[in-house]
Amino acid sequence: MKKITIFISALAIFIGIASMAPKAAVAETFVFTAIPDQDESKLIERFGKVAAYLAKELGVETKYIPVKSYAAAVTAFRNNQVQLAWFGGLSGVRARSLVEGSKAIAQGAEDPAFETYIIAHSSTGLNASDSFPMGIKGKTFTFGSKGSTSGRLMPEYYIRNELGGSPDNVFSKVGFSGNHSKTIALVQSGAYQVGAVNFQVWIDELKDGKIDESKVSVIWKTPPYPDYQWSIRGDVDKTFGAGFTERVTKALLSMSDPDLLASFPRSSFIPASNADYQPILDVAKQIKLID
Amino acid sequence: MLRVSGLFVVVALGCLLIADVHITTLDPWSELQRMALGFATPDFSAVGDIGWVLVRTVAFAFCGVALGAVGGFVLSQFFHVGPVRWVCAFIRAIHELFWALIFLQMFGLTPLTGVLAIAIPYAGICAKVYAETLEEADLRASKVLAPGADMVSAFLYARLPTVWVHIKNYTSYRFECGLRSSAVLGFVGLPTLGFYLETAFSEGHYSEAAALMIMFYILIASLRYWMRVRLIGLYALIAPFLLGGGVEIQMTNIVRFFTVDIVPSPLRGHDVFAAGVLPDFAGWLWMMLSDMALPGIVATLILTQIALVGTGMLALMMFPLISDKFLGRFGRSIGHGVLVVIRSTPEFILAYIFLQLWGPSMLPAIVALSLHNGAIIGHLIGRFSNQLVLRPDHATGINLYAFEILPRIYGQFLAYLFYRWEVIMRETAILGILGIATLGFFIDSALSEIRLDRAMFLIVVTAILNIGIDILSRRIRGRLHLSDTAQQLKK
Repeated sequence: MKKITIFISALAIFIGIASMAPKAAVAETFVFTAIPDQDESKLIERFGKVAAYLAKELGVETKYIPVKSYAAAVTAFRNNQVQLAWFGGLSGVRARSLVEGSKAIAQGAEDPAFETYIIAHSSTGLNASDSFPMGIKGKTFTFGSKGSTSGRLMPEYYIRNELGGSPDNVFSKVGFSGNHSKTIALVQSGAYQVGAVNFQVWIDELKDGKIDESKVSVIWKTPPYPDYQWSIRGDVDKTFGAGFTERVTKALLSMSDPDLLASFPRSSFIPASNADYQPILDVAKQIKLID
Repeated sequence: MLRVSGLFVVVALGCLLIADVHITTLDPWSELQRMALGFATPDFSAVGDIGWVLVRTVAFAFCGVALGAVGGFVLSQFFHVGPVRWVCAFIRAIHELFWALIFLQMFGLTPLTGVLAIAIPYAGICAKVYAETLEEADLRASKVLAPGADMVSAFLYARLPTVWVHIKNYTSYRFECGLRSSAVLGFVGLPTLGFYLETAFSEGHYSEAAALMIMFYILIASLRYWMRVRLIGLYALIAPFLLGGGVEIQMTNIVRFFTVDIVPSPLRGHDVFAAGVLPDFAGWLWMMLSDMALPGIVATLILTQIALVGTGMLALMMFPLISDKFLGRFGRSIGHGVLVVIRSTPEFILAYIFLQLWGPSMLPAIVALSLHNGAIIGHLIGRFSNQLVLRPDHATGINLYAFEILPRIYGQFLAYLFYRWEVIMRETAILGILGIATLGFFIDSALSEIRLDRAMFLIVVTAILNIGIDILSRRIRGRLHLSDTAQQLKK
């Protein structure tokens, strides 16, 4: 009896595994993803709407798949499991360097001038200044996600430049909180003394009353740099028909539904090119995050 | 045994001297209050299809563990062959999360990624335990077989029956581990509990996180009521169909992974003997060793050794909670609940709580790892202690604990602890939020930079370290005569 059970079990498992094997694609679905930089439920709502909008504009079935990390978004793009992605600056240059012919096609009107805020716990005695806060040296410091432009790349760049050493050397402790909300929470509690955070997330959380400014405050704002953008694979024209890239670009640029735009939040989308992100690529190479 | 235990404690104390265990936080209470409030007011409606989330978590665990157990059983038949043993040590040295991240590169977000991420390391673990169980099985039945009995019959009728109970018990214990693994795989994007838990937790939606955790605790605590041998066939039939869909698997990605991605970058697309290639490669190797592997090994070992002793101490403190030698039925069911909560809460959540309390140092990691593993071993030896038969005039209270129970479970306890050693080492990997640069921290960095060559190199280093620990723990167990697996697995 037992042996029969085992046999049936084994058989069923192998059938099940076999059924997971690749199936022939029926009709091509246009799939896109986005880096998980914010509240996931908001992302699903936001990009669900975008999917509906794109499906209508492009006349092809369009689907959004959520991913858990910046690297997963880049990998899905690289593996042609998504053809379009809403990337950050760093994840965008990384993805495009891995996929020949891929292009940045649109960015938010606000994205050419993105900023990182350096925030500090009140006990550090650090105050807001226009010049780089040299006083953060020797403190404990947390970045956001390892793959984030605003939470990792740009702050690390300025830290190396101004303090003359890698974060490991200039801080007593360096952590990666995983995301911007956690960075704020960790600095607010004093678990880390200083942190780097996406300025939009800071503004949002301030508005939502999640930040106690008597405990944590902005001490420095980085100069502006280009950040988020829509990137598309180079081979979509082959799969979805000539001129597809242009149609996607046009659809994104003509997105005017205030609800949809507010969910990003961006006031509008404007054209973007790979060259716009050269500064990000240069910085990433300089601090050796990209070969 | 006492000498070995003492030695480990001394080593851990030495590590503690080098380790950074500073306490730095100032006002953790606002965040902790929000967490406590969230856990006091779980919101079961926040995750719309919480039922499906649980079903998928169970389905991934079931498929992964079933495949791993079958694979492990096959491998255990060849466990006397050195290379098979090494392969098993290698595949179980790599954390499920890293397996998942590797398969994500090859297959993308498909059910296959999740199932294999559990099945492969579990095959390595099961192979080892099954082989050791069989090795120590009672051979009397085999010796009285009719001469000429063929090997398969001999195995099925004389060898397997003597160890069947142990294998069954062990596999059902692995299934509980599988549930935890399955939940954790959500952190990298598979549609299991961890997917929603990580979101809720990292966004600070603690009521939602609480609801998910409570459902998970109930799932684990009720395991023995629904995980029955006679139901396995039924589960196996339906589980593969409950894994959900995924993206299409593309062969080119798999080929690229092996032929390009994991080739060290200086060697990619170059003739190895071309001028400059080998020096470049040597430079790469040196950078990997001096900047990542060596500091990673040191941090990993320090954290592991301290957490190992911490685990042991906590296990000895916690096992009476479920032992009928110390508590009545009511007390035990509360104790059972406490242990389920401690061992089922993902370490990264524990680490985050302690990080809020004490600031970034090794301390939150040590406590998180010790609690989690201490509760697991406490659970196992607690159950073991329930089989002990006491004299009618036995002592009670602290005397019973110190002079009767402790000496009788100590060998058992050490055996479990040595088994757990390599697991603890593997788990040091996932505590990047604390800024502790263990090997796993560097692997995570390499993966997040899509530098798979670096990740692979470090994974191999981790695996070698793990094999080293495995050999050492085997030696120590051998010397202490603790290698009686059959005895250990008796429940």
